[in-house]
Amino acid sequence: MNNNNVIDIKDIKVHFDIKRSLAQDIIRKNKIILKAVDGVSFSIGKGEILSLVGESGSGKTTTGKAILQLAPLTAGSVDFLGEEVRQKDKAFMKRFRQNAQMIFQDPYQSINPRNIVLDIVAEPLDVHGLVKTEAEREEKVRIALEQAGMGPVEEYLYRYPHELSGGQRQRVVLASSMILEPTFVVADEPVSMLDASIRTGILRLLLELRDKKELSYLFITHDLSLAWLISDRIAIMYLGKIMEIGKPDLIIHKGAHPYTRALTAIMPQPGVNKRTERVILPGETPSPIEELKGCKFSTRCPIAKDICKEIEPLLEEIERGHFVACHFAKEI
Amino acid sequence: MTLLEVKNLKTYFDTSKGLYKAVDGTSFDLDYGEALGLVGESGCGKTTCALSITRLLPKEGKIHGGEILLEKTDLVKLNDNEIRSRRWKDVSIIFQGSMNALNPVMKVGDQIAEAVILHEKASKKEALKRAEELFELVEMPSKRINNYPHEFSGGMKQRAMIAMALACNPKVIIGDEPTTALDVMVQAQILNLLEKLRKELKMGLILITHDLSILAETCDKIAVMYAGKIVEIGTIEDIFEKTAHPYTQRLISCFPNVGKEKILPPAIEGVPPNLLEPIKGCSFYPRCHMGIPICLEVEPESRGLGGKHFAACHRSGEVSHEQ
Repeated sequence: MNNNNVIDIKDIKVHFDIKRSLAQDIIRKNKIILKAVDGVSFSIGKGEILSLVGESGSGKTTTGKAILQLAPLTAGSVDFLGEEVRQKDKAFMKRFRQNAQMIFQDPYQSINPRNIVLDIVAEPLDVHGLVKTEAEREEKVRIALEQAGMGPVEEYLYRYPHELSGGQRQRVVLASSMILEPTFVVADEPVSMLDASIRTGILRLLLELRDKKELSYLFITHDLSLAWLISDRIAIMYLGKIMEIGKPDLIIHKGAHPYTRALTAIMPQPGVNKRTERVILPGETPSPIEELKGCKFSTRCPIAKDICKEIEPLLEEIERGHFVACHFAKEI
Repeated sequence: MTLLEVKNLKTYFDTSKGLYKAVDGTSFDLDYGEALGLVGESGCGKTTCALSITRLLPKEGKIHGGEILLEKTDLVKLNDNEIRSRRWKDVSIIFQGSMNALNPVMKVGDQIAEAVILHEKASKKEALKRAEELFELVEMPSKRINNYPHEFSGGMKQRAMIAMALACNPKVIIGDEPTTALDVMVQAQILNLLEKLRKELKMGLILITHDLSILAETCDKIAVMYAGKIVEIGTIEDIFEKTAHPYTQRLISCFPNVGKEKILPPAIEGVPPNLLEPIKGCSFYPRCHMGIPICLEVEPESRGLGGKHFAACHRSGEVSHEQ
């Protein structure tokens, strides 16, 4: 195992028990289990951005939460800087919580509307008891806000969230995630609620912080073009599994999994396009409650054969650093 | 003959802080079977425009001027009863987040039949038959009309909403961010469906979105809105290749050009102007990278640039070269 990795996850699974009705209990049907994440492994190096791309319900967010110990792991292990996170003592967990942060999707819901900006950004400091005096607290908040591009800081310190625009709110969220100077951040669709015109400002900020402080990110998004733009590697997720993982240009131009290729085919592109016939997958992602035999994608796959419905393909390296879970990856 | 002509539309909201000029002098036209994309940042007046055309404005909102000509009839001048009989038959709308617009305690088929019974004076049986046909039109099994909304997935609810919008064979259909809450794959399915339907049924389609990238493949024309006005309008080629407004240019560059150079485009700094206050000169001036003194003084008029390409900028001829 490479010890330079900030995060190493191995075969993690997050399964949820679904409540059954009394009737189902009486006739003793089998337990209904929702497999949100079903055997995911990857690692993230220092200063690396790994994008996790997939449709809603594919388990992207649950994976992110499981890494941060915010969702219960059913199986598998999460290593942070070479140490296994699970079952560690309180002191370790406290350190872990300072070093690993999350940025949530919706800046309209993730900050307390009744707090002023100063208190929102300072909350992590208060929780961890890191500042002694009021002056020190404010100073740290000022630095964090400035770093997040909220200048002049005085103007915003005593404002409430409703007085801020969407972009400014997300900057406040960023400032409070970054104030503890974490080494690893899970960014869960940090720009999907924002207008295209202000998105790039937030993205630039994330990249700047990576360059300055060697931060590592797990960047969760459904937007493949965005993932291509900012990440070092892309992992494509479908129904709780990773289908393909590799460098952005490989994924976009030489995607080997039929699902990846379906995603790249429908990627909207600004500009005058020749309206080519696009392959659009029929139907929608099946429910993660259903027991699917074989490859999880086989129900919608345009090239599925008998073997796909029987045997689940494993993630295999088809060329250096390019892993694909498909029986026919080499033929495509 | 033009199907729909919007001329100098002005829709203002009466708020406690004064008159909010959400749409302030917007003009465009739409032909049979044509698709127009209306694009802009949130708060630029896209939805207000749609609500004005369907006359569904909340009570604070009033049309203060302009004409909305649908096959030469001015929708603005119609009284409530007249517009009610025309709404859905002439113009229908698919709402943003329409998955939540379905009545949860009513079968989907019955909800569609409701509109047919009201407008076409059909019997319940005929109306349900029509609902079945509509379901097939939007590529769903017709027996699903007997389901309740919670039995549908997000994409299917959106299809049901499209079926409902088509119930009375409207001439114009407005999609207000019809795919925003959907997955990318389902979004592609829905956009394809809308494109197919408008061509088959020769409907005019107005597609409202903040995502410029999806318009290139779905629309014939694009209108870029900023602060209640259309700042540039033209064909897909005009907008993307002969860009004539700095705002359009910046908006286009906000989307990554996959496969080309990996550069993070500059954000458009600042925020749109407050529409409660009078704006002197060009409304985009404070955020514009090409501003010159005249922009601060004189509001640029929409000028023709050949064909159906119009832009409201003092330096419209120089934009493309500045990239």
